[in-house]
Amino acid sequence: MSDLERGVREICRSFRGDRTRMMDIVQAVQARYGCVSSEALNVIAAETDTHRVEVEGIVSFYTFLSAQPKGRVVIRLCDDIVDEMCGMRPVAQAFSEALGIPFGGTTPDGAITLEYTACIGLSDQAPAAIINDVPVTYLSSDKAREIVAELRRHGDPRRLVHRLGDGNNAHPLVRSMVHNSIRRKGPVVFAPFENGAALRKAMAMSPAEVIRDIKTSRLRGRGGAGFPTGMKWEFVRAAEGEPKYVICNADEGEPGTFKDRVILTEYADLVFEGMTIAGYAMGAAEGILYLRGEYAYLRVFLEHLLAERRRQGLLGKSVLGRAGFDFDIRIQMGAGAYVCGEETSLISSCEGRRGDPKNRPPFPAQRGYLDRPTAVNNVETFCCVARILDQGPGWFAQIGSRASTGTKLFSVSGDCASPGVYEYPFGVTLREVLTEVGAEAPAAVQIGGPSGQMVGPADFDRTICFDDLATGGSMIVFGPDRDPVYIAKRFLEFFAHESCGYCTPCRVGTWLMKKKLDALLEGRGEAADLPYLEDLGRTIKFTSRCGLGQTAPNPVLSTLKNFRTAYEKRAPARTDGHRAAFDLQAATAEARALIGETTAIY
Amino acid sequence: MSEETVSITIDGVEIEATPGQTILQAADAAGIYIPRLCAHPELEAFGACRVCTVKVNGRPQAACTTPVAKGMMVENDTSELLEYRRSLIEMLFVEGNHFCMFCERSGNCELQALAYRFGITAPRHDYQYPVRTLDGSHPEVFIDRNRCILCGRCVRASRDVDGKHVFDFVGRGHEKRIWIDAEARLADTPLKGEDRAVSVCPVGAILRKGTAYRDPIGRRAYDHRPIGSDIEACRPAEKKG
Repeated sequence: MSDLERGVREICRSFRGDRTRMMDIVQAVQARYGCVSSEALNVIAAETDTHRVEVEGIVSFYTFLSAQPKGRVVIRLCDDIVDEMCGMRPVAQAFSEALGIPFGGTTPDGAITLEYTACIGLSDQAPAAIINDVPVTYLSSDKAREIVAELRRHGDPRRLVHRLGDGNNAHPLVRSMVHNSIRRKGPVVFAPFENGAALRKAMAMSPAEVIRDIKTSRLRGRGGAGFPTGMKWEFVRAAEGEPKYVICNADEGEPGTFKDRVILTEYADLVFEGMTIAGYAMGAAEGILYLRGEYAYLRVFLEHLLAERRRQGLLGKSVLGRAGFDFDIRIQMGAGAYVCGEETSLISSCEGRRGDPKNRPPFPAQRGYLDRPTAVNNVETFCCVARILDQGPGWFAQIGSRASTGTKLFSVSGDCASPGVYEYPFGVTLREVLTEVGAEAPAAVQIGGPSGQMVGPADFDRTICFDDLATGGSMIVFGPDRDPVYIAKRFLEFFAHESCGYCTPCRVGTWLMKKKLDALLEGRGEAADLPYLEDLGRTIKFTSRCGLGQTAPNPVLSTLKNFRTAYEKRAPARTDGHRAAFDLQAATAEARALIGETTAIY
Repeated sequence: MSEETVSITIDGVEIEATPGQTILQAADAAGIYIPRLCAHPELEAFGACRVCTVKVNGRPQAACTTPVAKGMMVENDTSELLEYRRSLIEMLFVEGNHFCMFCERSGNCELQALAYRFGITAPRHDYQYPVRTLDGSHPEVFIDRNRCILCGRCVRASRDVDGKHVFDFVGRGHEKRIWIDAEARLADTPLKGEDRAVSVCPVGAILRKGTAYRDPIGRRAYDHRPIGSDIEACRPAEKKG
């Protein structure tokens, strides 16, 4: 038996060969051997009673997993639009030159791999990268060269952290250079609290009364869709099937969002308390925190907080001494797949599968994780839950507006003086926020992230709430020099990359949209492209299977609506019959090369 | 009508459906054709191609995965839906490399037949000309991924009908591919030529060797009547209009 076979078998057996723990198994194999090799696929399949091709399907789905060997150190530079605006390109060049390899490459000694990655939740301190699990922030070309020199010296990404960030970023179990950048505190999330206080109040009531309180507060989900939380819990409580599950969606991946990073760093106990209250209200015994792979640096710290809560009797057998109420929370790590923020994809991932969304109906509240009734809520939603139980539903409902009660966290980044996290009551106008964040000349704001919409000055007096400008919290500010077409293209690139590929419109349509935007930006635009993009966008939205595809065309559709002249400039109407989209030289280049013809065709 | 049925309305026509049926199954039974590619009567519903998208009480739903419910108002044959479906079919054509004129499946291909039914002469989308792989290692079957539309029929048939799990998907987004339960060669899997996984392929992606062009033109599945005609032929006369 080879060393690898013995090691992989040991890993599988530590999870009792349970195929539903496949995410943990393949990530452990990747961590130990640098990849999940062909031989490892066979061993995993045998040990978990699955097929090799299933395991291969999972490994090939997640960006952070790989079947090919990578360097002992992997530098993942975030290439989202905000990082680019903050100077990512020269940083990328510096990394590439210092290492002597292109992006996607590994140094000949197998030491370092260099890659791009989608938004890593650090847009407030961009340009940023994650090196293995270690976030590095505020990068410059000089810093990139220093990092390479240091890694060549000691090969340990953890030793790149010379100055610790604020708050719990400096905790011995985190030791990160990340800053919280909490810019505005509100009464709901960013407020002091006492561990266990809300849970005690909840457990003094019956589960039905807890749900009634959540309904009275009119709390709506903070992930973006805004589904009434109390109603969801009622469905789960009433659904047939045991056990029931509570899942916290900590897979924020929308470019420009990072609020959950800050909550989990400073207010994780509030989240765990909310989850425990949910468990009590719905009669669930197990909770799962699905933590995005990019936040792996917080994992040990969060495990420590969970252990503390068990020690204090806030988790585990007979919570707060109540016989019959057992509730515990485990952390499930993601591995780089934005689509897993979609709740049914997240459930697939928790079950150890490819992160494909599921068909609805049945809804997760009826048949979710392992086909059992499951409530999936956002990190911020659980904070609201704990606060509602502590302060009362009436207190919560008087904050914000009538249909959008409470506060909302905004992750603000881009062209503004003070990027960071802001807690505002719902109903604030976009203009108030822009003023406070120090946006000097905002020309456009992407609100709700790329899946939301891009608005211009005409919309700045609108209010942020579920009935007007709805948002999951990402807010990217663009100054007057930014090109809306280019921004839309970068967002479509993101969606095309993150599409799971299950359904036709999202898999093919987002790619076609991205290619059409490329053509516009390369000077090959035609007037007919604009109605084409609108038709294509409508088709993708209408026919896609999950929220990713149903919102992916939004950056293009909203910029076409609000910034149309930027498109028209690039898509001139012609009367001479010339098709700008067709490049004869390019179309015939391969054929001419094959026959050795060097002259151009006219 | 049996007391166990519920009635739903498709394009103004009231039909009886059995609880547990999907909209697609109920429509088929009533002789109403809803175009589809990934759905197959012997296989679990999948919901991937989206060609069967209908409006249910005004909201888009895949007919193949949505169970019937009493009083559902379904729109199927409307110009809006036909336009979306046409665009989806065209997407599948440009995503792969589909050369009907010399494909062995021509005339028996469901994708080609749908294009004819929809009157598609050329796709509105730009051809992507991807580079895809072939696998001719197996003595009885070959795979040409150029023509695969990722409908997952072979995945489901191999797993649920043949009990083998020879096929599954790897990759994500437009890198997604049908793959096999072996390192590289179809010959190294337990697949047999007569497996259902082979015969359910709606296009020319998984083909049985030695059968090419066996049906002469004129006797192929869709030479005389468009795809869906068999379903429409079942429509009871009194239900028309």
